Amino acid sequence: MTETLTIGKALNLGLRKAMEDDGKVVLMGEDIGKLGGVFRITDGLQKDFGEARVVDTPLAEAGILGTAVGLAMRGYRPVCEIQFDGFVYPAYNQIVTQVAKIHARSRGRMPMPIVIRIPFGGGIGAVEHHSESPEAYFAHTAGLKVVAVSTPADAYWGIQQAIASPDPVVFFEPKRRYWEKGEVDPDGSPDPLFGSRVVRGGDDVTVLAYGPMVKTALQAADAAAEEGRSLEVVDLRTLSPLDLDPVYESVRRTGRCVVVHEAPVTLGLGAEIAARVTENCFHSLEAPVLRVGGYDTPYPPSKLEEDYLPDLDRVLDAVDRAMGF
Amino acid sequence: MTALQQKTTEVVDPVPGAGAPHLPGQPDLVQLLTPEGERVEHPDYGIDVSDEELRGLYRDLALVRRWDVEATALQRQGELGIWASLLGQEAAQVGAGRALADGDMAFPTYREHGVAWTRGVDPLHVMSLFRGVDQGGWDPVAHDFNLYTVVIGAQTLHATGYAMGVQRDGAESAVLAFLGDGATSQGEVNEAMIWASSFAAPVVFFCQNNQYAISAPIERQSRVPLYQRAAGFGFPGVRVDGNDVLAVLSVTRAALAAAREGSGPTFIEAFTYRMGAHTTSDDPTRYRLASELEEWKLRDPIARLKAHLSRAGIADADFFTGVDAEGDELAARIRKGTLEMPDPAGTEMFDHVYAEQTPELARQREEFVAYHASFEGEQ
Ligand SMILES: Cc1ncc(C[n+]2csc(CCOP(=O)(O)OP(=O)(O)O)c2C)c(N)n1
Ligand SMILES: [Mg+2]
Repeated sequence: MTETLTIGKALNLGLRKAMEDDGKVVLMGEDIGKLGGVFRITDGLQKDFGEARVVDTPLAEAGILGTAVGLAMRGYRPVCEIQFDGFVYPAYNQIVTQVAKIHARSRGRMPMPIVIRIPFGGGIGAVEHHSESPEAYFAHTAGLKVVAVSTPADAYWGIQQAIASPDPVVFFEPKRRYWEKGEVDPDGSPDPLFGSRVVRGGDDVTVLAYGPMVKTALQAADAAAEEGRSLEVVDLRTLSPLDLDPVYESVRRTGRCVVVHEAPVTLGLGAEIAARVTENCFHSLEAPVLRVGGYDTPYPPSKLEEDYLPDLDRVLDAVDRAMGF
Repeated sequence: MTALQQKTTEVVDPVPGAGAPHLPGQPDLVQLLTPEGERVEHPDYGIDVSDEELRGLYRDLALVRRWDVEATALQRQGELGIWASLLGQEAAQVGAGRALADGDMAFPTYREHGVAWTRGVDPLHVMSLFRGVDQGGWDPVAHDFNLYTVVIGAQTLHATGYAMGVQRDGAESAVLAFLGDGATSQGEVNEAMIWASSFAAPVVFFCQNNQYAISAPIERQSRVPLYQRAAGFGFPGVRVDGNDVLAVLSVTRAALAAAREGSGPTFIEAFTYRMGAHTTSDDPTRYRLASELEEWKLRDPIARLKAHLSRAGIADADFFTGVDAEGDELAARIRKGTLEMPDPAGTEMFDHVYAEQTPELARQREEFVAYHASFEGEQ
């Protein structure tokens, strides 16, 4: 039966389902138990599953990830919540040097089924370190899988799929969209986690986005339609591995491609995607692949975040430029 | 039994049998002013303050609280993005801040508005951070007061490195590193204490144990009283009543003096309580009982100094009325200044990323300007 849920609530229900299905699933993080997490994503779970399965950790991210590695070695499936994107760095050493490499080093004998949940991105008027988009750091690291959800249905299914995955998954949640609603059918069947999806058909320009920017891209498509332009929007969903076959198919039709993300453009996901699209669709391209993203500056104070973040107008501006070639 | 002692018997051990009871009896707690405002002696820590200074401390506490109350109100009215209240921690912060000498450097977290005050930072320069205008408007060098650090614990290493610099310079000053109880769990904080110890750096770690790290009670971070951790790193630790401005001043002065004299670091645990929410985004009713707050209200840092000043005839009703009036003026100035704060120009985000603008960033800035100019004249 289909339900209308927010992304936050869908994550909560997905986590609950995963914990019911597998007694080895353990949630760990700062303030996730009694408080239910600062975004309430784990609300009520400690009450129902107990303190051993929903662990309020000491204030130490290296500890969260480092002990998750040990728990995983012992057969548990840790799901780690990092409170905000900017606070993952104390754990970065463990993630990059250990979590990412242990499967390969042990020649497959020691899987690392760890999920690292990170609320990411800006637009919530926060102070420093609460609005960042660090996905490229992780996508650049072999051994990690990286996904970003954009809808309640993907949140509900995606978190369960990530937990079931034998590989470590960095699971990016679009924090400013936690309260957005959508339909979820818990009896339905999910799309694969590591696949992209065309979310709106169109002929003129292919617009790629993930996480919080999917909504922005769709809004841009609506606005463009009023001007008689037809945008095809692809929700990338998986950032590592990338699933670009549907993108190539689309770009071969449209001949134009714009990639949108909040992260700075330089060496962001858009750079890799532009390179691959160029390699694979060179003869179909009518314009260079354009990127819309954050500037190469530290994330600014919140009074300036609207200037920093890509919005509908900046997407349309890139669409114009792509059409102008 | 003091109220603080009572608290110790009520602490419930969340993991039965694991380690020592969290809070021992309180003979170790340095206190010079009881919660009732009675002046008591301590064998190791005296205090030499004039009546003038005592009135000054009261004024600091009262004004800092008035600022804090105004800031919380401004956040509620949508004028600040968020506010991290210091309510209940005024004595810990003012006592520590007033212990600093000229040339001493302080490294705050994000809650040390009381220390900012003692360092002469204009409250509006703190407000601009929480309004989202900048990352803190004050000059950290001019005020010997570093910018706020939001990433838990990072500043303790900076303070230690700064102290190593002071040491190399042969300067006679000390460094005060602020941290919370939750921060003590961070690896970096433990590294800071190892470095400070190893090099006998002139740094004092000032930990405000306000009993919570957001929702996590102190028991989640430590099975032993925090000040006892210092021994393991090889330097002295002392627990002071963080709601007693005189005791904090005395203990911090002594630790800073020891650091200046080359005796190396000290860890001070200021035992206090976060009377408000973690920040204005937090809802403490989800994780703590209202009765706990009621209990701590009896140990209010300002009320006890007021009681002492009145009883000892150091300040009269006119003085207190005067401070209240000054507080209202301060609050009005802060409100007006906050409301009138101009929004920053968008181009500011491109400034100061590097000592010299890179060509790519200069290009992005130009593109930004041209893009925004393209909307001019549009509705
Ligand atoms: C590295 C890092 N992890 C998580 C956070 C989120 N966070 C902000 S304040 C806080 C609790 C800090 O507690 P404590 O050190 O006791 O200081 P207090 O807030 O009580 O003054 C947390 C977890 C952060 N700022 N930095
Ligand atoms: Mg604390």
